[in-house]
Amino acid sequence: MIVSSYASAGLRRPFQWKKNLMLLLLVAFAVIQVYPFLWLVLFSFKSNSEIFGGNIAGLPESWLWMNYQDAFFGGKVGLYLFNSVVVTAITILITLFTACMAAYGIARMRWKLSRPVMVLFLLGMMIPLHATLLPLFLIFSKINLLNTYWCLVLPYVGFGLPIAIFILVGFMKNIPLAMEESAFIDGASVYRSFFLIIMPIVKPAMATVAIFTFLGSWNELMFAITFISKQQMRTLTVGLQSMVGQYATQWGPIGAGLVIGTIPTIIIYSIISKQVQNSLTTAGAVKG
Amino acid sequence: MNSVLSNKKTILFFMLPASLIFLFIVIAPIFISAYYSSLEWDGIGKGVFIGLENYKDLFFGTRNIFYGSIGNSLLLAALSVFIQLPLAFLFARILAGGTAGEGFFRTVYFIPVIVSTVVIGQMWLKIYNPQYGLLNQFLEAIGRGTWKQEWLGNKDIALGAVFVPLLWQYVGYHILLFYAGIKTVPQELIEAARIDGASHSRITFNIVVPYIVSIIEICVILAVIGSLKTFDLIYVITGGGPLHATEVPTTVMFNTLFHRVNYGSGSAMAIFIILECLVLTLVIRYIFGRLSYDS
Repeated sequence: MIVSSYASAGLRRPFQWKKNLMLLLLVAFAVIQVYPFLWLVLFSFKSNSEIFGGNIAGLPESWLWMNYQDAFFGGKVGLYLFNSVVVTAITILITLFTACMAAYGIARMRWKLSRPVMVLFLLGMMIPLHATLLPLFLIFSKINLLNTYWCLVLPYVGFGLPIAIFILVGFMKNIPLAMEESAFIDGASVYRSFFLIIMPIVKPAMATVAIFTFLGSWNELMFAITFISKQQMRTLTVGLQSMVGQYATQWGPIGAGLVIGTIPTIIIYSIISKQVQNSLTTAGAVKG
Repeated sequence: MNSVLSNKKTILFFMLPASLIFLFIVIAPIFISAYYSSLEWDGIGKGVFIGLENYKDLFFGTRNIFYGSIGNSLLLAALSVFIQLPLAFLFARILAGGTAGEGFFRTVYFIPVIVSTVVIGQMWLKIYNPQYGLLNQFLEAIGRGTWKQEWLGNKDIALGAVFVPLLWQYVGYHILLFYAGIKTVPQELIEAARIDGASHSRITFNIVVPYIVSIIEICVILAVIGSLKTFDLIYVITGGGPLHATEVPTTVMFNTLFHRVNYGSGSAMAIFIILECLVLTLVIRYIFGRLSYDS
């Protein structure tokens, strides 16, 4: 009683303005983090004469949707988008499937080397992909894999596996063995149990894995610029780079292209922002 | 049941696909890189074995771009640890203390983290544009036209100009990690200290910080390793220029491999980057180990 009246009398007031100050700080920071994107969207609708004529930060006088059409078809961003969707989708599917299998092998099957193998996979998280760039380039060029979807999918899967396996193993170890035991007693095979019992249960962990695999392969640049030289096969990151070169000083279509390339990420983020945050911070915590 | 779960064939079936991909894509290339680093090889014909010559050249050779690039990446790591992380901690602490719109701010701060670095880089190129860029226009608008600069063209300030977006992009990531950590501090601990009359900053430094040391360690490792490996944003914004002023080890490596086509030297750089990351991770671990041991 005494404590609470003390608190309300003595602490509330300075607390109030302090709170407002903090809120102001948070808002200011939010503006710094978001305003550049807003500015990008605005100039993506403008013409060069408008931008160079002084209206750089304001609303467009007329909204030039043409810029988007230009970027999508003329700048081939539509094609790059398609390639990125294909590469990312295949990467996610293969990562999920192979990582689930390996995680099951490590978490459930009984064999002597299961721990060392797990440790080896975890070490993979510490390896920067730069160190594999040249060898992979030379190997892929020898087996004629450059300029195909596979020369990107394979490295993306390889570097996505360690965290994927780590998360899935952790999840599977928490599934009570009893669920499977009864299935085995009923005569179900390990494969049956894996596909029909385990896979459905680990769906939440698979969502986490899918999200960071998506971001990793969607945004990857170094492999993509090294392994892809044909325009037909370019993914978004390389494609956007070349689109910017193509339009050089035409800000509108460039801005439009950049926006188009970001829309899928933003859509996913606005639907499941919480899971995206969680999956990325889990991945980070594991890596550290 | 034991026999079902220890069947060798079944184990092989489950382990094979992931293991094969991992072995060929991640593990084997490291060893191949290590081997290449001992060659003098321009990609044509066979390389000549020269032992550790390439490594010696990296540090004592006549073209010492690599040396400077390591300095740049270490500077970035220092800025990241001593500016980006404290800032992120400050905001995480405010957010976790419970304000209006907690979830909204977290979501907004995280946006730059998920956007492709190519998009971020191209956007900042436009922000820094000398004539029509947001920054110079803003300076003009607030009457500081004399402060206008060729932000990326001037070799004395280009490095600083490139660091800003690098630090800007990942603040939100660290905010979220810190935020998650601070949320695990038991509320009773903070309440008890407050009733005892502890100030806000005392609570922060004597309760919150010690409680989340392991998260801080993770953030420091991510910040340092991320800085040492940084490539995308610098490649997009300056490509290492002007006059190599913004070069980092990965951009030098990339140019050495694919523009100067010096496979041996480039591979030595790649191996050096791995070792550097490994050593610094261990050092940070050791320091934090000592810290928690002392307290």
